[in-house]
Amino acid sequence: MAEKYNTMRLSRLPVSLAAALCAGLLATLPLPVLADNLQDASRLMKQGQFGPALEKTEQALAAKPKDAQARFLKGLILTEMGKQAEAIVVFTKLTEDYPELPEPYNNLAVLYAQQRQFEKAKNALEMAIRTHPSYATAHENLGDIYARMASQAYDKALQLDSSNASAQSKLAMIRDIMSTSARPAAVASRTTSGKVQAATPAPAPAAKAEVTPVSRPEPSAAAKVEPAPSVQAPEPKAAAPEPKAAASGKQDVEKAVRDWAAAWSKKDVKAYLAAYAKDFQTPGGEARDTWEAERARRINRPDPIQVGVENLQVAVEGERATAKFRQHYRSGKLKTSASKAMVLVRRDGKWLIQEERVAN
Amino acid sequence: MDAKARTRLLAAALLCACSILPAASAERTYSDSGPEPLLAGVFAEIEQNRLDAALQRVEALIKAYPNFRLAHLVKGDLLLARGRPISTLGNAANAPQDRLADLREEAVARLKAYRDRPSADYLPRYLLQMHPEQKFAVVVDTRKSRLYLYQNANGQPRFVADYYISHGKAGTDKLREGDKKTPIGVYHVTASLPRQKLTDFYGSGAFPISYPNEWDKRHGRNGHGIWLHGTPSDTFSRPPKASDGCVVLANRDLDALAKNLQIGLTPVIISNSIEWLSLDDWQAERRALLDSIEAWRQDWESLDTGKYLAHYSIRFRSGNLNVEQWAAQKRQINAGKQWIKVAALNISMFRNPGQEELVVVTFDQDYRSSNLSNAMKKRQYWIKEDGAWKIIYEGGA
Repeated sequence: MAEKYNTMRLSRLPVSLAAALCAGLLATLPLPVLADNLQDASRLMKQGQFGPALEKTEQALAAKPKDAQARFLKGLILTEMGKQAEAIVVFTKLTEDYPELPEPYNNLAVLYAQQRQFEKAKNALEMAIRTHPSYATAHENLGDIYARMASQAYDKALQLDSSNASAQSKLAMIRDIMSTSARPAAVASRTTSGKVQAATPAPAPAAKAEVTPVSRPEPSAAAKVEPAPSVQAPEPKAAAPEPKAAASGKQDVEKAVRDWAAAWSKKDVKAYLAAYAKDFQTPGGEARDTWEAERARRINRPDPIQVGVENLQVAVEGERATAKFRQHYRSGKLKTSASKAMVLVRRDGKWLIQEERVAN
Repeated sequence: MDAKARTRLLAAALLCACSILPAASAERTYSDSGPEPLLAGVFAEIEQNRLDAALQRVEALIKAYPNFRLAHLVKGDLLLARGRPISTLGNAANAPQDRLADLREEAVARLKAYRDRPSADYLPRYLLQMHPEQKFAVVVDTRKSRLYLYQNANGQPRFVADYYISHGKAGTDKLREGDKKTPIGVYHVTASLPRQKLTDFYGSGAFPISYPNEWDKRHGRNGHGIWLHGTPSDTFSRPPKASDGCVVLANRDLDALAKNLQIGLTPVIISNSIEWLSLDDWQAERRALLDSIEAWRQDWESLDTGKYLAHYSIRFRSGNLNVEQWAAQKRQINAGKQWIKVAALNISMFRNPGQEELVVVTFDQDYRSSNLSNAMKKRQYWIKEDGAWKIIYEGGA
């Protein structure tokens, strides 16, 4: 826990959540005063001034007690202040008043997970997914919750001391869950009123800034890709018709994937980034250079990285290929496995990653 | 990997680990419900690829048996299976492999026992005849990790319940003190030790049994303190091979069993693998032995010492006496008698598990003669030699 509440991370951590919501919700707020207060509160929170941030938020709420954005921000500030119980109350009420919003459910789940109430966390995430089936963050968090519930069950089955090393890796996973990535598209399309389009000028804290600072374990970073429906990988069978051509292309794709994993493992940032196509869809929709900088920063962290590719299945269709595999990631205390799906495209004879996502 | 493929893999993994499926319906009423029906239900759902239903069932199982480690293991697998394919029963990363192996063995033992419950038409060969006051008999099958309770229904054993058990870490055929093995043989309950007198390790109570018996001693087997006992409070059950030689039951099972145990009376027969007899075969086997015992009794009364001694094996021993010394003593005694009347009452006959055809016979002997009368509880070990039942040991019980 001590590690998690390291101040650097704390100040920035929730901004992404706020940002995610700001884009959509502020649009519905006609009062400039309210917006100003919230903007101030958000800024203060970023600076780690939680007391004043909370004050500003309360002011906003005094003017408009039901306001979802202000209440959401209040929940975040309380979380930052370590007032989990109060934060849970705020987010719970939000889910009651705005059951169509997945974020309060998601954050509620994060708080429950911190308290090791995984059953409640699971239920909250399931609600988030019920409201928005394509909410990638909730899917991913749910996967984590399942894994942690499984690990809890195993501890009980095997009478393992939960204060052992496995508890350490759980801690790292908490940071993981906390760092919700922005989902601008999803938020905008979901907002209830017709004012969505007008929403863009939302005075949200820079969406880009928020993605970078979160110190979070590696694999999910790569994993947090929106499950874009268009990515639906064709089944290997579909690629069967031209066995010969496919076979040679297949080997090339396999090699590309393995090279990519090897570059990552070797911390060869240049080779790693070169594995991605120019039009690669960044996970949070951020700009390519922002994404690259963040990747470089993470890969360059001191812990050694080991990335394994297992069960690689490749289907080639002309200049396009899909690769599905199991990614085993290990760095420091953190060890994860995830199912991954990639779309690769052939550019100048080289297979490059165009899309990358966690297969749920 | 899609969900379907994943669940198929899981089912394959779990079923492969267990390599069996519980039978759909039970032939007879099952007075001990235990966790097996619920556990079997979980595996049946997995077989059907219904992982959510399986998870619900395993949660119900855990609710009923909160410390049932095996159920937690299956729950862990089912949760993990939502995220990735799993390859075996028990996928905990970095877990101690021996503990996983223990739980897998327990799963197999429980599910097999549930599937292969004894048919009402068959009886354990060992229960040839119960003493009228022996209301119940206990038969243990260590290979199946199972204890079977039989009731004395007018002389015929009737199945009552069966329970999962653990036995010695080092297996069976106890020989030496500290060898962590469970003895094989015919014993009886000798005492009851209440929970208050025991540490938590023994759970809800303990019932010492009569190891080493006459036969064990004759074969130089030693050690002591072989008990039926309960389970520590931190777990519902222990792995199949876990004890230092004792037979260990879940506390609720021990409590249920305890109600039926008569101190000094209830037989506890421990086998590696129970032999089952049809009712007809069982009747024939007990008839033959009863006839031999009756012949021995009559030949003793006849004062024809040669005929009487013909019932004894050349390997016979009693205390310090070998068969010649025994014969000489009997000849001397019988020479001084005008008449002998012998009654053998309340005969019990329990076959010793194992290759040898050996039966432990116990009865109330009422001996009267022209110059001496004596009533005693007698124990004989009868062995089949060249197709005929002979006495190989005789003494007071």
